Amino acid sequence: MHLRLEPRIDAPRWFTAVVTLGALGFALVLSGLIIWLVGGDPVKSFSHIVVAAFGSVGVISDTLVKATPLILTGLACSLAFRMRLWNIGAEGQFLLGAWGASAVVLAPILPAGTPAIVVIPAMMLAGAAAGGLWGFIPGVLRARLGVNEIITTLMLNYVALFWLQFWVFGPWSKGGFPETEPFPPEAWLPRLTDLAASFPILGGLTLHLGLIFGIVAATIMWIALERTRWGYEIRLIGDSPRAARYAGIDINRKIIVVFVISGALAGLGGMSEVAGVVHGLQDRISPGYGFTAIIIAYLARFGPFRVIFASILFGALILAGREIQPSGVPAMIQGIVLFALVGSDVLIRYRIRFDRRLATA
Amino acid sequence: MTSPAPVPALEARGIVKAFPGVLANDGVDFDLRRGEIHALLGENGAGKSTLVNVLAGLYRPDAGEIRLDGQPIVFGSPKDAIAAGLGMVHQHFTLVPSQTVTENVLLGLSEPRFWLRPGRSEEEIGGLAGKFGLRVDPRAKIWQLSVGEQQRVEILKLLYRGARILIMDEPTAVLAPHEIDELFRTLRSMTSDGRSVVFISHKLGEVLAIADRITVMRRGRVTAAGIEPAATSTTDLARRMVGRDVLELVERMPQQPGDVILAVRDVTADNDRGLPALRGVSLDVRAGEIVGIAAVAGNGQSELAEVITALRPCGGSVRIRGEEVANRATGHAIKHGVAHVPEDRTGVGSSPNLSLADNLIMKRYREPPIARGWFIDDTAARGLAQGLKDEYSIAAPSIDTEARLLSGGNLQRLIFAREIDSGPRLIVAVQPTRGLDVGAIESVHRILLERRAAGAAIVLISEELDEILSLSDRVDVMFEGRIAGSFPAETADIHEIGLLMTGGRPAANDAVPTAASQAR
Repeated sequence: MHLRLEPRIDAPRWFTAVVTLGALGFALVLSGLIIWLVGGDPVKSFSHIVVAAFGSVGVISDTLVKATPLILTGLACSLAFRMRLWNIGAEGQFLLGAWGASAVVLAPILPAGTPAIVVIPAMMLAGAAAGGLWGFIPGVLRARLGVNEIITTLMLNYVALFWLQFWVFGPWSKGGFPETEPFPPEAWLPRLTDLAASFPILGGLTLHLGLIFGIVAATIMWIALERTRWGYEIRLIGDSPRAARYAGIDINRKIIVVFVISGALAGLGGMSEVAGVVHGLQDRISPGYGFTAIIIAYLARFGPFRVIFASILFGALILAGREIQPSGVPAMIQGIVLFALVGSDVLIRYRIRFDRRLATA
Repeated sequence: MTSPAPVPALEARGIVKAFPGVLANDGVDFDLRRGEIHALLGENGAGKSTLVNVLAGLYRPDAGEIRLDGQPIVFGSPKDAIAAGLGMVHQHFTLVPSQTVTENVLLGLSEPRFWLRPGRSEEEIGGLAGKFGLRVDPRAKIWQLSVGEQQRVEILKLLYRGARILIMDEPTAVLAPHEIDELFRTLRSMTSDGRSVVFISHKLGEVLAIADRITVMRRGRVTAAGIEPAATSTTDLARRMVGRDVLELVERMPQQPGDVILAVRDVTADNDRGLPALRGVSLDVRAGEIVGIAAVAGNGQSELAEVITALRPCGGSVRIRGEEVANRATGHAIKHGVAHVPEDRTGVGSSPNLSLADNLIMKRYREPPIARGWFIDDTAARGLAQGLKDEYSIAAPSIDTEARLLSGGNLQRLIFAREIDSGPRLIVAVQPTRGLDVGAIESVHRILLERRAAGAAIVLISEELDEILSLSDRVDVMFEGRIAGSFPAETADIHEIGLLMTGGRPAANDAVPTAASQAR
């Protein structure tokens, strides 16, 4: 018997969805198997994850809080990946966005006592601008000099982290600890719990406005990609750069613009995290959101709305990670999901055939 | 056909081979006699290549039997096939450019084992080449050779391995006319030596000229088995190939050309490897005029097309009705009415995974009615696409079908539909009929002549001399980045053009270029 791959020429639209969900299911089964092999109870583990992430209004709120930075970084990756720009630097862009937003309060750019209605937009702008700058650098290098963006974005992640650490340990340090003074309440994104005075049921819910940023950004991105000339150009470049050039599109310019927007989205994610959750800046502001974003973008097949759902799934995994032991399990599941997704691409593009020996042989 | 037929050298019975969605060979019979040239004729997708790939051991048939000298045989690989004396020259050569002819011929053989004795091998290979009239220097490096010479090396490789049966897959597609004559002499000398040749082609004239017998295939079946050239005609063969009557040449009406639309002056440009490809080209094309550029692949014609369509930077000047387009944005040339039917239909001319509709608006999405501000008017885009799909009879399930699923002919219709629809002043068509079947070629030719009648200036770049001569008002020959000669179509002589294309000089027929003078 002989295994052979033949290009698939007529895959229907639903096929990709089925294969993607199948890969996800396969990854969960495989993860369960590993949990079982090390002596755990996979059913118990998974049901624990579900309860820990979705078991009550409170934890659902926590799950969505975890999903928020993933949505924004996931959108950042999806946009770039659509054009086959491999932006592996959402992590660094996220960190720089967090730093830029913090600078508004800590530098301070705006004097203390400025009302929230001014501070919050200023922080959003600063976070997006700082993240955008971190996207601009690899974008220009790629467009003008042909420098591989995978390398530059990956390396810039470290630069961003060290930059952040310098400020957190140095000028902005609170008495030598790797964190800053907490932000004043004007710099906090509104949370559900803030409404507890009028609606007691919302008391203790930490879900903040950042989720709305994510949903609005996903909506705008969907419209831009599917309905505008700008999005048409991205789809064309992503599918065939040579055809795009032939159609008269300035690809290099587009690379820079898309990188800046991608970085700005991730930067906005960083802003939402410092202003919505941490209310200050720490060196460990991200447990790798920008890297998980890569998996999310793949799971969502770069679709903006699908990014939201994939982010909630991964938000749940991160949240549950605190609950179940050993805590490496969610990270393992993430890794297996990525491998299953990448592997499942073969099934989407090819059909597997088994050759039998010839009857005449 | 009078005496009882002897055992054929090669025989295939009831070959069936299916690919996903296609039955490429549906019960095909084929036989090859010793010492004959048997032509296999058919349109693209008729199943010729599948059949010979089965014969040469590259594909396993789903059903059927192959007999070599009357003995059933199964090839596990091309290596088995060549060991049994059966070899194939593919359309795309498999040579190592940095090595010599001799090294390429010896490559993969078990003898000589370790110690190469170049002198001795060269002598041997030179002798073999001489015997069959294959003019090529055994010491030359492959990259120095012309395409025709490289083809000779491929043939030499097979002869050196003792091939008695040679399968040639569209060998003339890449050759200039005099090279075709030479190839035919070689094939004749091989058959008189007792070898047999399967000759694949879709050109009727040359099949009638060279073949002892002809088998025609259509849609995976044999429509004429082993007929002799004397018993048929081009019209008859065309009908069997296409399944209906075909107008062979679309008629070109005399017409007075108008103003100069395209003026190219002293253009120089480099190719992708940074080597000079255009060395001072000047050229005028008028409204209602087709200028044919005849050249062997790699003489700067592709770069010329890219310079005119503003895809490649250059020195000199390219003006469209006085407007400079060279070195400006590609979109600038598009806006000034330059349409481009590119050589690479799947890589450049279309976006494979986007829909028909998305492909059809590629040059028009910036302007109303498709563009509405920043947005694309989906209704307008789909309306335009549906209209073009119907008008140009692009055969596809719907305008949402992905472009990669189109056949070559339909993809070319899509590209023409898009490029013509904008009412271009200048059309640059590069190899517009390469790889298309007879029916599709006919429609491409008709479209070009319609545009000419409508007053468009047309630059037609093609390696098919017949096509150039029948469509063009003027023929310019390019060789090594220069215009080597320019002829009005009426007085153009195919042999003179062929000679100029390969660097020879006209009116000096004895000065046939030698291998050495071509290698530089």
